[in-house]
Amino acid sequence: MKTRRTFAVATRVLRQLRHDHRSVALIVFVPSLLLLLFRYVFNDQTVVFDRIGPQMLGLFPFIVMFLVTSITMVRERTSGTLERLLTTPLARGEFIGGYALAFGLAGLIQAGVSSAVAIWGLGLDVRLPWAIVVFAVVDALLGTALGLLMSAFARTEFQAVQFMPAVVLPQILLCGLFAPRDSMPRVLELISDAMPLSYATDAFTTLATSNTFSGDLSQDLALLLGFVVVSIVGASATLRRVTP
Amino acid sequence: MVNNDVRAAAIVVDGLTVDRGGQNVIPHLDTGITAGKITGLLGPSGSGKTTLIRCIAGIQKTRSGGVTVLGERAGSPTNRNRVAYVTQSSSVYPDLTVRENLDFFAALSDSTDHDVEWALEQVGLVDREGSLTGEMSGGERTRVSLAAALLADPDVYLLDEPTVGLDPVLRRDLWDLFRDLADLGQTLLVSSHVMDEAGRCDVVLLMRDGQLIAQASPDGLRQDAGTNDLEEAFLVLAERESA
Repeated sequence: MKTRRTFAVATRVLRQLRHDHRSVALIVFVPSLLLLLFRYVFNDQTVVFDRIGPQMLGLFPFIVMFLVTSITMVRERTSGTLERLLTTPLARGEFIGGYALAFGLAGLIQAGVSSAVAIWGLGLDVRLPWAIVVFAVVDALLGTALGLLMSAFARTEFQAVQFMPAVVLPQILLCGLFAPRDSMPRVLELISDAMPLSYATDAFTTLATSNTFSGDLSQDLALLLGFVVVSIVGASATLRRVTP
Repeated sequence: MVNNDVRAAAIVVDGLTVDRGGQNVIPHLDTGITAGKITGLLGPSGSGKTTLIRCIAGIQKTRSGGVTVLGERAGSPTNRNRVAYVTQSSSVYPDLTVRENLDFFAALSDSTDHDVEWALEQVGLVDREGSLTGEMSGGERTRVSLAAALLADPDVYLLDEPTVGLDPVLRRDLWDLFRDLADLGQTLLVSSHVMDEAGRCDVVLLMRDGQLIAQASPDGLRQDAGTNDLEEAFLVLAERESA
């Protein structure tokens, strides 16, 4: 494993992104815009914004990074560049690692901007702003990792977009945002246990009221990072050098 | 007329059988490709040229038989360092400039800026390095793709239809480049469906329906078929095969 090659892949992915100004603007500013809308939809009930706002900070990076990553990867698979790279000494881990690094960095910028807007611009009342940013970045990484994995099952960019409702929406429904998970039927609760977004929601629910970084938060963080690692390893395994 | 001199063969194909999409596209193929020479892989589209090249690159699932490149299994980690495969569709990034594409491939193969400039020069794209690859013509994109392969400085080049859609001057320049590479001792396998390109190769493999119908020098083909025209020679040999 050569880190230099991983950096080469990451630099290349970021350079591709840089040529696409509109996508950069969408990635960086859309979450902030949505937060702004959200804030004034509940204009008279700032308590709602304080409770749900942190959740939104975690959700947007997850969704946006999932979409961006899975489509970029499908493009790489269909354009023949992936096949070409697999005939070179580039290791599969270096390739996937490069992607995770590039989009992880994009997620960091996005999470940083939207957290700053929410906390200092819209007056979101949280005690641990740095923890909010940490979880938002991990959520962005999670979106990237799941996008890398799911892109293996999409043959076209069109299919990759369809995976958004198929993979992301059930998680949003079951993650505890709409109803506490322990109030759902047992089967749904068990399913939600296996979904990474549940732990992100759990963490942001805690962060909305917590003054300290508790053991629960550490556990959520560890589980989320675990999902990231498993998805990235799974994504590497889906890259086959020999194909029919 | 199959050349069986294994000592000089950079690539040995032994009893290769390949199925693709439920169809048997290569029934049984044996051949050797000479080191330090330009071997042309000629045949109509659908004759199995790309499949054979993919087997040599080590990325094609095969039913039986095998391919050895420079004494090792095709696609082995060592061979991934020594073999460059340029696919038919230009496999470079359309949303990067020419220079950015080549910088990326250079970083993967420990090449320097100097190598990038040399590669640009070889394919005649020095003044286009700032152009967005996706906005270039098909022929220009193919040359970017070829330049990326040059950066890897391989021992074996597998070039799938590299001259399609190029004007005659560029085509001649690229064939001169292929000749220079062969003179440096590198092995080139160049596919084409244009018979007049066969004349520029040292050895020509004629493929049809997944089978090798001839393997000879261009002069050998002309003599064998009793005609000076290579297009006609292909027809004669193809008809003789099916007779």
